[in-house]
Amino acid sequence: MPREGILVNNPIERLSGEQVRQIHDASIEILTDPGLLCFNKKAAEIFQSRGAEVTSVSGSDIPCWHVKIPEKLVMDAIDSAPKTVTLGARNPDNTLVMKGDEAKVFFITGSETNTCLDVDFPTYVNKSDPEKEIRVPEFQPRRGMVADLCDSAHVCEHLETVDGYIRTVNIQDKDINEDNKDVNKFFACLNNTTKHVMSGLTNLKQLDNVVKMAEIIAGGPDKLEENPLISFITCLVKSPLQFVDDTTETFMEVCKRGLPIVVSSSPQAGTSAPIKEAGIMAQINAEVLAGITLGQLVNKGTPVLYGSVPVRARMDTLGDSYGSIETSQYNIDCVQMARFYGLPNYSTSGVCDTKIPGQQSSIERLFSDIVAALSGPQFLHCAFGLLDCNSVFCLLQAVLDDAHFQMIKFFLKSPRINEQELDTVKKQIREVVATPQKMFINYIRPVMRSGEISPPYPFEGDGHSDSVFALANQRLQELRARLVEHIDPDTTARIFREIPGLLPRLNVYKGGK
Amino acid sequence: MSEDIIELIKKNVIQGRVTQDDEGIDEGMVGQPGVTELIKEALASNVGVSDIINKGLTASMGVVGQKFENEEYYIPDMLASAEAVGAAMEILKPHLAKSGVKPKGKILIATVKGDLHDIGKNIVSILLRGAGYLVKDLGNDVESRDIVEAVRKEKPDFLGLSALLTSTMVNMEDTIKALKENGLRDKVKIIIGGAPVSKEYAESIGADGYGADGLHAVSVIEALNNHDSGVT
Repeated sequence: MPREGILVNNPIERLSGEQVRQIHDASIEILTDPGLLCFNKKAAEIFQSRGAEVTSVSGSDIPCWHVKIPEKLVMDAIDSAPKTVTLGARNPDNTLVMKGDEAKVFFITGSETNTCLDVDFPTYVNKSDPEKEIRVPEFQPRRGMVADLCDSAHVCEHLETVDGYIRTVNIQDKDINEDNKDVNKFFACLNNTTKHVMSGLTNLKQLDNVVKMAEIIAGGPDKLEENPLISFITCLVKSPLQFVDDTTETFMEVCKRGLPIVVSSSPQAGTSAPIKEAGIMAQINAEVLAGITLGQLVNKGTPVLYGSVPVRARMDTLGDSYGSIETSQYNIDCVQMARFYGLPNYSTSGVCDTKIPGQQSSIERLFSDIVAALSGPQFLHCAFGLLDCNSVFCLLQAVLDDAHFQMIKFFLKSPRINEQELDTVKKQIREVVATPQKMFINYIRPVMRSGEISPPYPFEGDGHSDSVFALANQRLQELRARLVEHIDPDTTARIFREIPGLLPRLNVYKGGK
Repeated sequence: MSEDIIELIKKNVIQGRVTQDDEGIDEGMVGQPGVTELIKEALASNVGVSDIINKGLTASMGVVGQKFENEEYYIPDMLASAEAVGAAMEILKPHLAKSGVKPKGKILIATVKGDLHDIGKNIVSILLRGAGYLVKDLGNDVESRDIVEAVRKEKPDFLGLSALLTSTMVNMEDTIKALKENGLRDKVKIIIGGAPVSKEYAESIGADGYGADGLHAVSVIEALNNHDSGVT
């Protein structure tokens, strides 16, 4: 049985039907005028061979082509792209089935950060009253390592609300290089979580090794096709409207292999896209459609997700402002556009601007988590544990996020109102008003034990001091202490025998972690 | 037979089942005798009242209290069990005198004049009955003079006063003054409770105790029952 996800009955929509149509029309127009710059020769040739107007750009330092994608190619691609995408898992019970026409949300981690944030709780003494001591969380950034990725996957395996895992840490150990990063990255994730694993690819030369590793774990190429326990994400279109050479190459190679892939675009309103909502929406939609079109031209029917990571620029630095309200508006608009095409959507929430966990982090992420979830994207890349606009990862924050998502999931449960339920409560009301005390407390107990009552905030303290971080840290240590179902010894031995470049310290059966 | 029925009483108090129609916690209990039916059966079988109370009711509330501390039970469970004990005590009341069993104490409880809110007062009443006290509930929006008359007539050990509003809490002080004027203040321990009041307020109006919530109110009364000093 696949994971349940959470069905949003009446997803919030910001755009009217007419506005959706207008954005679509504008995107189609943009794809021919001005069209896209393509820095990948093969992609330009594919577009040209299928009827797109492709011209070489003269005077460019690097080879570049101007591609105008006609509407028919785009509409054919939308037509052939699967409307249901299945993301498999090492444990089949963690499979995610995403239907483009069904607003069922799955919560997934991400993205890839260079920095990990450790937390400590030093004790401070009050100068005017030395008897008074408090413990204050302090955060220490450091470079992310493969052990952190293992730790993160391990904890996320045990976080109930995490449905799937995007690698959270960019592994920067001294013995990690371009040639072995991908295999170690995927192995660290796959060996420490039984949930679906998604990642980008650092080096295209490693794609076949990564796919072979997945085939070994799945039980063979056919089994991997049935149960695609890994998937990929690429930003093949750099905003505004440019097919990047290497990521486009990677994208096409993944598409050829038929593994699920996210076509992601991340324009910044104000710098790489217009500051106005209409502008960034028309552009990001055009960019994603261009990617989907290329994927379907490479391998008709290959599974793709409509990926959207739009963001507004900060006015003080022109950096990303994921915490801005407009960012959430763009994301919700994108969910609507994907639904218009019937394609499963990869959306973004929970990214905050601040660098450490705290009130700002909670407010920014919870706001976008709630509104994005309510819009009903299928794949909600919800920045579990991420801070500082996705450049810092903190496991303590991931544990706090899990509590947020428990609330959101509870909120999204379908209302239980029907004739039978109403008959039962009418009987209760009649009985209770006839008693002297007129209280319904006796009826709480069966409801309480059926899980229909939301639990209290799990990190609630005594009400006089804020102990959220300390309690969340306790929970984190509990999760770390729980065992994880690693890949079995024989399969692990085969992987280490057949896949070059794996770090011996990742072999848990030979003293590794 | 006697031990069997006491075990059943104990089990049903822990399940919080007053009558055979109650669900309890475990599956499939509806239709089986609840505490009310079992107490009647025990009396008909000449089981000793003191055994029913000590080995059945009091012992089972000890188990319930332990489950609450272990976070296996929540307040609704405590209330259901306390209600079952309260129902049992009502049936046993006529038999108490001749069996030599004395209730822990008698308590009058009321929401003061001008205030219609009685959820807190009702919860405290149920918990106190479950703890073995005889509780007479005077209702809500009760005039000071009616409370004074009830104290004069019932001669309770404790008087519980409740208020939810900042505008009605002042009537607690009026009630205590009225008891003083009628020479009854020293005859009864007074505890107050309700959202706007506090331990400090209780002290300022001359009450003997303050209950922050239902369970705390019971523990304050238990403490006052055993000791005789200051606001608890």
